[in-house]
Amino acid sequence: MSLISIQNLNIAYGGNEVLRNVSLHLDPGEIVTIVGPNGSGKTSLLRAIIGATRPVSGSVTLKPRLCIGYVPQRLHIDPTLPITVERFMRLTQGVTRAQCRTALETAGVPDLLKRQMSNLSGGQFQRVMLAHALINRPEVLLLDEATQGLDQPGSAAFYQQIEQVRQDTGCAILMISHELHVVMSASDRVICLNGHVCCEGTPAVVASAPEYRALFGTGTGGALALYRHDHDHHHDHDHHHGHGHTSPNSNDKTTEAAE
Amino acid sequence: MLDDFMTRATLAGVGVAFAAAPLGCFVVWRRMAYFGDATAHAAILGVALSLALEMSIFAGAMGVALVMAMTVTLLAGRGYAMDTLLGVLAHSALAFGLVAVSFLSGIRIDLMAYLFGDILAVSRSDLLVIWGGAICVVTLIGWRWSALLTATLNEELAYASGLNPKREQLFLTVALAITVAVAIKVVGVLLIAAMLIIPAAAARGLARTPEAMAGIAAAIGAISAVAGLQGAYLFDTPAGPSIVCVAAILFAALNILHLPNRGMR
Repeated sequence: MSLISIQNLNIAYGGNEVLRNVSLHLDPGEIVTIVGPNGSGKTSLLRAIIGATRPVSGSVTLKPRLCIGYVPQRLHIDPTLPITVERFMRLTQGVTRAQCRTALETAGVPDLLKRQMSNLSGGQFQRVMLAHALINRPEVLLLDEATQGLDQPGSAAFYQQIEQVRQDTGCAILMISHELHVVMSASDRVICLNGHVCCEGTPAVVASAPEYRALFGTGTGGALALYRHDHDHHHDHDHHHGHGHTSPNSNDKTTEAAE
Repeated sequence: MLDDFMTRATLAGVGVAFAAAPLGCFVVWRRMAYFGDATAHAAILGVALSLALEMSIFAGAMGVALVMAMTVTLLAGRGYAMDTLLGVLAHSALAFGLVAVSFLSGIRIDLMAYLFGDILAVSRSDLLVIWGGAICVVTLIGWRWSALLTATLNEELAYASGLNPKREQLFLTVALAITVAVAIKVVGVLLIAAMLIIPAAAARGLARTPEAMAGIAAAIGAISAVAGLQGAYLFDTPAGPSIVCVAAILFAALNILHLPNRGMR
């Protein structure tokens, strides 16, 4: 049985349609990445899963008593709120100090217990958030652009940690990211979202799908096979995205050549 | 011992300080200072209604404060920026309240007593209401403490842990309405927000955890109440404002002491 199963989900904010007829599922132990341009409804989708946004229609079905660990996009702690890492980790009732230590070790940041949350570096902060999400031994980990604000080596290391976590704990992972080249290699499945599910499949399949190319251009395929853009392809959406098929002689080609 | 008006006043001030401390921390953390102000200003309308209907001022003030807080929560995010909305509602409520009081010509009302408090006139039954209310507020916030903290840190985080941030917000709103109602007699509607914010803000530099900040805020609030009343007695100054003055002086002193470690933020 799937841990999360979404059927024909529609979400709108005040008549403004964000998600249209989205169906997807997450099975135990798999890593699924959702990619999509800004405003494609990625965060709305995660909010619907945790129950923060009510769908207009469709259903979000979670496995009964599903334990979810959540790593938010960017957590701003007001400077007027003093809180140590330990206190933050123990906000969930019944968490012991030993559990905090274990979770912090799993997330790759032992010895931070007594530090103030506001004194952590970006990378340390996101790892503490990861540790916090792991503390209840969740079956599903949800990550919403968890590496925003980290530099490239930092986010690569973070995603390696995520893979390690999956190996160690066996939890399924659903994450949103725009760092395609890093994320794609670590994922079992990729779902390309732009208001609706454009295409999905293994990273290689998605990276060569015309819908994906239309959204992200050809430069983001990373180590994947060289791809010549197909200009016959018509995609029925507006794409206000940097890379596109409008300029065949743009950087995309150079990037491809470099790779 | 309760026969002495100074003892009763001191106990009333300390009671309000205890209720205001944990609530005030959330007001500061959630940036609700103006929200607290609006709710408190609305209470003057509640006072006018209570006098007109000859009901308990505590109940009237609390009722109107609650309605005000709910209205703000409902209207939030529907067109106007929060500070505009609060500016409109807070001052309108105060103006309508003052106009409503002027209609009550049959009764002679000392308006100043409700605007700035009348702590020296606290009776035994007032004391009972104040401490009853304070215990309610502290219990309510203590019960929801972790959930409120989680919801304050991040809405999505709260949802993912199975909490409903909107419900937690409601608990804060109720606590705020009770605090406003019990604090009218002590500092008056215009200075209630000061009792919420100043001790909590003063405690920030001394605290490493949220709990410590609430505890230290309670201590600072209580010291302000005691010292403010003594000062008022000594120099024959108005009691409510004197309490707030002491809190403000403590705030300034603690901030100057901690200036060198400001980098720790």
